[in-house]
Amino acid sequence: MGRKLLLDKAHIEGIRYYDVYRKNGGYAAAEKVLKNMSPDQVTEEVKKSGLRGRGGAGFPTGLKWSFLAKPEGVPRYLVCNADESEPGTFKDRYLMEFLPHLLIEGLLISSFALGANRTYIYIRGEYAWIPDILEEAIKDAHKNGWLGKNIQGSGFDLDIYVQRGAGAYICGEETALIESLEGKRGNPRIKPPFPAVKGLWQCPTVVNNVETLAAVVPIINIGGDEYAKIGIGKSTGTKLISACGNLNKPGVYEIDMTISVEEFIYSEEYCGGIPDGKRLKACIPGGSSVPILPANLLLKTAKGEQRMMTYESLNDGGFPTGSMMGSGGFIVLDEDQCVVRHTLSLARFYHHESCGQCSPCREGTGWMKRVLQNIENGKGKMSDIDLLWDIQRKIEGNTICPLGDAAAWPVAAAIRHFRDEFEWHVNNPEEAQRHNFGLAHYADPLPVVAAAAAV
Amino acid sequence: MAVQFSEEKLNKVKEIIARYPEGKQKSALIPVLHLAQESFGGWLSAETMDYVAALLQITPIEVYEVATFYSMYNLKPVGKYLFEVCQTGPCMLNGSDNIIAYIKEKLGIEAGETTADGMFTLKTVECLGACGYAPMMQLGKFYKEHLTRERVDQIIAECRAQAGN
Amino acid sequence: MAFRGMQSFSTMAEEKKLFKVTIDNIPVEVEPGTTILNAARKIGGDVVPPAMCYYSKLQGSGGKCRTCLVKVSKGSDADPRPMPKLVASCRTTVMDGMEVANITSPEVLDARKGVVEFLLLNHPLDCPVCDQAGECDLQDLSYEHGTEATRYEFKRRTFEKIDIGDHIKLHMTRCILCYRCVFTADQLTNKREHGVLNRGEASEIGTYIKNSLDNDFIGNVIDVCPVGALTDRTARFKNRVWFLKPVDAHRDCDKCCGKTVLWMRGDEVFRVTARKDKYGEVEEFICDTCRFEKKEAKDWVVEGPRKVSRHSVISQGHYVGVHKPHETIREVMSGRDPKLLMNIHSVSEVNQPSVDLSKIDGPAHSTDFPKINGVQ
Ligand SMILES: Cc1cc2nc3c(=O)[nH]c(=O)nc-3n(C[C@H](O)[C@H](O)[C@H](O)COP(=O)(O)O)c2cc1C
Ligand code: SF4
Ligand code: SF4
Ligand code: FES
Ligand code: FES
Repeated sequence: MGRKLLLDKAHIEGIRYYDVYRKNGGYAAAEKVLKNMSPDQVTEEVKKSGLRGRGGAGFPTGLKWSFLAKPEGVPRYLVCNADESEPGTFKDRYLMEFLPHLLIEGLLISSFALGANRTYIYIRGEYAWIPDILEEAIKDAHKNGWLGKNIQGSGFDLDIYVQRGAGAYICGEETALIESLEGKRGNPRIKPPFPAVKGLWQCPTVVNNVETLAAVVPIINIGGDEYAKIGIGKSTGTKLISACGNLNKPGVYEIDMTISVEEFIYSEEYCGGIPDGKRLKACIPGGSSVPILPANLLLKTAKGEQRMMTYESLNDGGFPTGSMMGSGGFIVLDEDQCVVRHTLSLARFYHHESCGQCSPCREGTGWMKRVLQNIENGKGKMSDIDLLWDIQRKIEGNTICPLGDAAAWPVAAAIRHFRDEFEWHVNNPEEAQRHNFGLAHYADPLPVVAAAAAV
Repeated sequence: MAVQFSEEKLNKVKEIIARYPEGKQKSALIPVLHLAQESFGGWLSAETMDYVAALLQITPIEVYEVATFYSMYNLKPVGKYLFEVCQTGPCMLNGSDNIIAYIKEKLGIEAGETTADGMFTLKTVECLGACGYAPMMQLGKFYKEHLTRERVDQIIAECRAQAGN
Repeated sequence: MAFRGMQSFSTMAEEKKLFKVTIDNIPVEVEPGTTILNAARKIGGDVVPPAMCYYSKLQGSGGKCRTCLVKVSKGSDADPRPMPKLVASCRTTVMDGMEVANITSPEVLDARKGVVEFLLLNHPLDCPVCDQAGECDLQDLSYEHGTEATRYEFKRRTFEKIDIGDHIKLHMTRCILCYRCVFTADQLTNKREHGVLNRGEASEIGTYIKNSLDNDFIGNVIDVCPVGALTDRTARFKNRVWFLKPVDAHRDCDKCCGKTVLWMRGDEVFRVTARKDKYGEVEEFICDTCRFEKKEAKDWVVEGPRKVSRHSVISQGHYVGVHKPHETIREVMSGRDPKLLMNIHSVSEVNQPSVDLSKIDGPAHSTDFPKINGVQ
């Protein structure tokens, strides 16, 4: 059993409520911080823990906090990014629904470290019932003296507010989120200035993911050094993975970053393998924006080493043969899935979600979608595949925000690894309407026992 | 019908505005538009948007710009029950296309249309963060997950029953 | 002596404040806080990246169109690392010792070609019937940086032309969403009534409900629009700008500087605009009274012919694709070859390949053509 730090108490009946949470050791970390620690000491612990942002980019959290500008007389803000809209990702929802007080405790500690007295949770609008859960938890925390003025006699004041979005993936990007929180369209800002200097209402702001902020609680509880001992290399601590697609047991899992990808997919402790004894074709290990990998490259790196569920190992091989941890949205495709169709669905997503501010993303995402539609519908040409490659290449790196890259990468990786499947679609337009390309040579990665059972 | 929040809702608006520092009431726009959409028939008419603009002391165009940006705001009337079915990758891998086709057949409408009796609107949407419980849809405030044909039948029946009361 | 010494000391201190930058290997010294684009404009000529959305007089503009992307091959003397991605030169400030590559970087030229292709993807390419032809930044841009033909095989996005008020026409299909007109309305008028609606590819400039733009300075949106999306409804007749003679003129105006350009033919004032510099930016904004209501020569004191300093593909009446041999184009383009020849004849209501435009002494109306051909 892997070590659990976030979901260790998730199974406890009523943990959603203050009393149960408190009885089970809740707010102990907050108590420790408010009584015995200075803001800088908290930041120092987080630095020591090696915690990396869980929202997708994996930037060291302690370092990010230390960049926050602290001009005299200007308020600073912490914003919790609960926009969670990356396809394949649904872990923050789990935390907020089942452990709202864990998040609030994390927000309290983090706000204290940053000197923020007003903190916002920006939650995607579709999670319409979760603000009620969070607001009730906030009310209870208030009642018990964990929010409001002079918290636990420490002299520190904090209020937390929940703000709902209204349906826009782009509002997960931190500057678009800030714009949205200011009551505007979710157009990402042009950086610099960075939010750490000019963020919400032009004041210094830190934006962190839900899971990142929740992880601060166990870090304080067990100490940064202890937290850093869990995991491999720079992948310290535990990570929530939301597993979906063709899996026997999709869901949210907490892993300590020491297990292999193969173990994660096939072991009973985690996803329990693929339904109906089907074989693994491909996987997008970190949310729809990261490169898709065929089974053979997923389970073993190009060097032939076992691929682990860590930031470094998932990235091993870079773009040509690797992928990324991203947001931890783990999407599995079985042998009967069509990569062209799946890529089209993601291209449609990015086309739908582009804010439209910059030309490569605004125009390029729709173009890619339409070309993919043609290929999928049996109207594709061989040159379309190269055209797609060229379009994605001209979007990537040339846009205001990383959504452009996020739209380009899935297309690039699909063509890179599954070009034969695209070509088959073009060459066999009618057949491609009737059945799928299948597993082809994308590896036979099944563990021996399971493979035998599948035959 | 003149667009006008009830006393209770006006208090809610005040409470929302109080979440932000002095002078930043524009930040209340997105939550207040949600409130307006719920209160005035499930969609935002120009009149409703102008009302919200006046309430928050911002210009109408600032409201239009925002309302047209976010996918949850309906700019046209919708049915009493809005089925927002996810069609993105992970849901697709679990047969969302079949579910969408089934709903279309069952209700006799295409995506984006409303049934003649004004009861149901079908909308295809992108990932709602329930990928592990696919296929799924949003119905009002809540999610309906692990959809099957039977489950769809049941949901439609429940809506009809509820509307009948 | 002591005095002189001090003076040179203080000059040195002042000089020290300048940052040294090289752009395409050409050095220039600029004040800290200057953007790469403005540093390049200080050098001038070919090293100036094209800018479709940035407008120095509009706060917050820039960063959106991505035509001005450049490569920073050395960040600064202090931190010489190159920047990992191409950057928008209009929104990136220089550092001391920075080295920038614009036209010397194949990567930049390739990316820019991509951006131009994206910008033209949904553009109607109706230049021949567009009022902006001849002074359109997009036309110039595609001429210099575009590819030969479109690879886009899908239906273009189109919008209905609409009149927003008595003075301004919006032809959204041509819009490149540079946001300049939005910033103009925000910063120059007391109430913005139009904005960007919808999202992504469906984004459009509009008023949402039928509304007219009516505000003392709103007419400036016409001048800042880099394409023919916002045009002057009060301009008399449809007319090719190159048939009109621009003259500098002024009048005493209590609202604005009153310094304008009159576009004339004979004694007739066809339209009034602000004066533009060589980067196509207005020198000073003008009010709507000057622009829309003063259409008589007697309203104005004419100063003399406007020197069209800004070189445009067609600024001197050399439109593409006519009987002119290729070499002529090179000449107008200061020796450069065009990257894209727009054949205007296929879509034109007015121009016909059989007619040499230079033979018409304009203004050309469709009725002129048969006359010249002697058909009538
Ligand atoms: C298009 C786009 C969407 C994003 N969506 C999310 C999101 O839904 N949730 C999130 O936490 N971060 C998201 N991010 C990352 C944020 O910009 C930001 O890096 C993150 O919230 C920082 O928090 P962290 O350091 O704790 O990870 C997104 C980024 C981009 C470019
Ligand atoms: S890359 Fe796309 S989402 Fe990001 S700013 Fe540009 S248009 Fe908007
Ligand atoms: S109408 Fe013109 S100025 Fe306004 S955004 Fe479009 S191109 Fe730019
Ligand atoms: S893909 Fe349907 S909820 Fe995520
Ligand atoms: S001019 Fe720089 S991005 Fe448009």
